[in-house]
Amino acid sequence: MANIKYKTLIGLEIHVQLKTKTKMFCSCPTGFGGEANTRVCPVCLGMPGVLPVMNKKAYEFSVLAALALNCNIARFTKWDRKSYYYPDLPKNYQISQYDLPMSENGYIEIPTDGGETKKVRILRAHLEEDAGKNSHATGNYSQVDLNRAGTPLLEIVTEPDLRNGREVRSLAQQLQRIVRYLGVSEADMQKGHMRFEPNINLVGEIDGKEFKTAIAEIKNLNSFRALERSVDYETNRQLEEYLETRKGMGQVPKTTRGWDADREITVHQRSKEAANDYRYFPDPDLVPVVLDDAWFEQIKSRMVELPLAKERKFISKYGLSEYDAGVLTSERSMAEYFEEAIEAGGDAKRVCNFITQTGLKLANEAGKSFVDLGIEAKKLAKLSQMVSDGDINASAATSLISKMVESDEDPMVLAEKFNLIQKSDTAELEAIVEQVFAENPQAVEDARAGSKKEKKSRGFLMGQVMQKTKGQANPKVVSGILAKKLS
Amino acid sequence: MSDNILSLSCKQLRDKILAREITSVEAVEAVFNNIEKVEPKVGAYVSLDKDRALDEAAKIDKRIANGENPGLLAGVPVAVKDNMATEFGTTSCASKILADFKAPYTATAVSKLIDAGAIVIGKLNMDEFAMGSSTENSGIKQTYNPWNLDCVPGGSSGGSAAAVAAQMCFASLGSDTGGSIRQPASFCGVVGLKPTYGRVSRWGLVAYGSSLDQIGPLSKDVTDAALMLNVIAGDDERDSTCVDESIAPAKDYLGELDTPIDGLKIAIVPEFIESASDEVAAAINSSIEVYKRQGAEIVEISMPHFEYAIATYYIVATAEASSNLARFDGVRYGHRSDDIKDYMGVYSKSREEGFGQEVKRRIMLGTYALSSGYYDAYYLKALKVRNLIRQDFTQAFEKADCIIMPVSPTTAFKVGEKTQDPLEMYMADIYTIAANLSGVPAVSVPCGFDKDGMPIGLQILGPSFQEDKLLRVARMYEVNSGIEYRKPAILD
Ligand SMILES: [Zn+2]
Repeated sequence: MANIKYKTLIGLEIHVQLKTKTKMFCSCPTGFGGEANTRVCPVCLGMPGVLPVMNKKAYEFSVLAALALNCNIARFTKWDRKSYYYPDLPKNYQISQYDLPMSENGYIEIPTDGGETKKVRILRAHLEEDAGKNSHATGNYSQVDLNRAGTPLLEIVTEPDLRNGREVRSLAQQLQRIVRYLGVSEADMQKGHMRFEPNINLVGEIDGKEFKTAIAEIKNLNSFRALERSVDYETNRQLEEYLETRKGMGQVPKTTRGWDADREITVHQRSKEAANDYRYFPDPDLVPVVLDDAWFEQIKSRMVELPLAKERKFISKYGLSEYDAGVLTSERSMAEYFEEAIEAGGDAKRVCNFITQTGLKLANEAGKSFVDLGIEAKKLAKLSQMVSDGDINASAATSLISKMVESDEDPMVLAEKFNLIQKSDTAELEAIVEQVFAENPQAVEDARAGSKKEKKSRGFLMGQVMQKTKGQANPKVVSGILAKKLS
Repeated sequence: MSDNILSLSCKQLRDKILAREITSVEAVEAVFNNIEKVEPKVGAYVSLDKDRALDEAAKIDKRIANGENPGLLAGVPVAVKDNMATEFGTTSCASKILADFKAPYTATAVSKLIDAGAIVIGKLNMDEFAMGSSTENSGIKQTYNPWNLDCVPGGSSGGSAAAVAAQMCFASLGSDTGGSIRQPASFCGVVGLKPTYGRVSRWGLVAYGSSLDQIGPLSKDVTDAALMLNVIAGDDERDSTCVDESIAPAKDYLGELDTPIDGLKIAIVPEFIESASDEVAAAINSSIEVYKRQGAEIVEISMPHFEYAIATYYIVATAEASSNLARFDGVRYGHRSDDIKDYMGVYSKSREEGFGQEVKRRIMLGTYALSSGYYDAYYLKALKVRNLIRQDFTQAFEKADCIIMPVSPTTAFKVGEKTQDPLEMYMADIYTIAANLSGVPAVSVPCGFDKDGMPIGLQILGPSFQEDKLLRVARMYEVNSGIEYRKPAILD
């Protein structure tokens, strides 16, 4: 058995579709689906004599995203043409950025096991236009849909700082959260808003001898799960292949492999014998972009608190668990809602439970986001106070949340309407306790302080009180009375 | 009557139309009558639409009858080079690959003509995709010089120049990437203006070398050039390379056109004049005398990087062209080969069949210049030289108001004379190319005839966005040279 030590080097090439109303260089609407070639114009069809005009909003979105990725933002950038012939590329060149990208040298922090975070370096992020889609459905011909052609894309390239599928997935989820927080992308992987192409190879030693496998790029990844599994599969595949062939980087070419989601394997697509010659050169139809101070400040002012910072704050300031903080910050609207409810006097843990345990379940059933259920944050805060004050118990609160979805009434009014207010009147409850004591003398004996059956019998007596009050007695008050009387 | 109409300038015709002395319909009829006679010999047009022209002219006449003023070119029949997209007719760029192409949009410059009341009667022949200096590279037809039908009209806007010279329209639009307006203007004895890069919108102009291309007018005289520029100049939100109005607003180029420039300083580069043919050199030298008589000071300068202009141009222009022409692939529009096996075949066969030899040559040159490993040595170096040429101009305009030189080393040459030697053809653009590389405006004004009766052009170059001054200098020559407007014998 060989002595093998290795690590997996994974870098990502990521394309994020920006959520602008119109395309990158024309005024066609962006969108998903629809009849083929209906969101096109002479510019994105690449007709003769037409000229591109930069979508300023797309540029601002990409600056915002690059800032969130801790990149250096260039104050002067230009557009370059990347040439290759393919039917989904109407001009047979793509407008992109080559040697002066709009941002470089950033990092993204991703959570790792045990509450630690890891910084994954970002080489560059630049703006470009998307291509259309070819389809080869039937017959001896292909069809081209150019609805997507010209959609603004932010291309993000990471350094090979990732080590396994879990980390890759974590980065992808983190990035999704960031761009959604910023409102710059819908970042739905299924819809291709966010596309990841991992580049993977292994470096290590076998019996003290160094080895490096050839880099493989994986395409066709449409979910976080596919992303994670493909990376782990490919890692093992490369190791096995190397052990078998002993041929690595330099001896075998770089390859592109496709993820087969059904068989859960990567399949060889093509070898990249030589680097493509894209014949980049500056696009003479577009003027360079100068990001002056005023414009830059204006963009910066739209920066929001990012998910990871919010998550940490929820843990440290509100004492939430890592898990709960993660769930609450998964959507910016929900995280902000939570903060608003705390501001309005809600108890952090209680409000968190309301949202994560009851609220999200209801939202899920209704097919909406939690915030879209329409419960005002200050009303949820009030509900939390009602529990703290003993006006209602936890189970009543749960049922009140679903009532609050349907009604705009104050939670206290709703609690009264549905008889969910707890009995906290000491005198009244003392009378009931007396009655229960009278009916259960043996249990009272067993429940005295110091008795062997103390715990169990007190529970029994509490249950009896609850039964007599139809569950509306405030358990805190009752247990206080019991403690006093049985001491 | 008809003959009288045809000799009018745009401005004169417009005034007569507005004064209801002539109708636009009459002007269109007169032009088409002449076209019937002359066009079979000259071949300036790729397409003509008389019915449409008459309809539009009738509309203009009606508006005038209703007391409206349709604009600066009210009722004037004009024509445009076939590389400017028009919603009517075809936009072929004189290429087989676009022979039947119908654009769903109209070039901004053409729209502006129409909005000013002009009647666009047809589309003019050119070298395929504006690549050439003789219109012999047209994939559609040959155009002949109205002054001598054995000679070329120049190029690439050969149709634009020949049509104006042969009175088959009152003015035309051409495009100038390396001299393509000025050189045919010079060969055909008309005025041709290449405005500053960014002065006129390129929207709808099918690109050859995007950083060099500029639309401009060809006309009978300088006043019409100014009038045409008044109509077509200005910013366009669809063209980001158009200059911002706040930086260089479009001016009224007619306003002070006839006001001579006091203390005019004219720069000349003696060796540029010496290197032209004897007759061209003599004509330029006598032009200098015309200016001297008006009190102009002649300043001798040198432009040390000028000699690299042709080499630089053929890298920059072809590099851009190789990319600009990539879209003609037979997939979405244009010619598609019948002989296809796979998608690469759609590209290679369609392009092989659709493009002419010179276009293929330039695509290959440009592709090579941009290829990895050659980019730095060719394209990047060309950009550096381009900057040096710009500096030559900056320094020249610190010393003088304008520079004068020939347009072309020779007058129009014979059809077929240079087609076997592309390099010799390229060298003929020596005087015109630098203005495109630096972006400055330049105008060609008729300045005499050689012993065979072929027109000679005087080129005047001015500082960027100072077309007003440039045209005044041109007008000063036109007024004082004593050279009268002549029409070619073919019209007699
Ligand atoms: Zn479009």
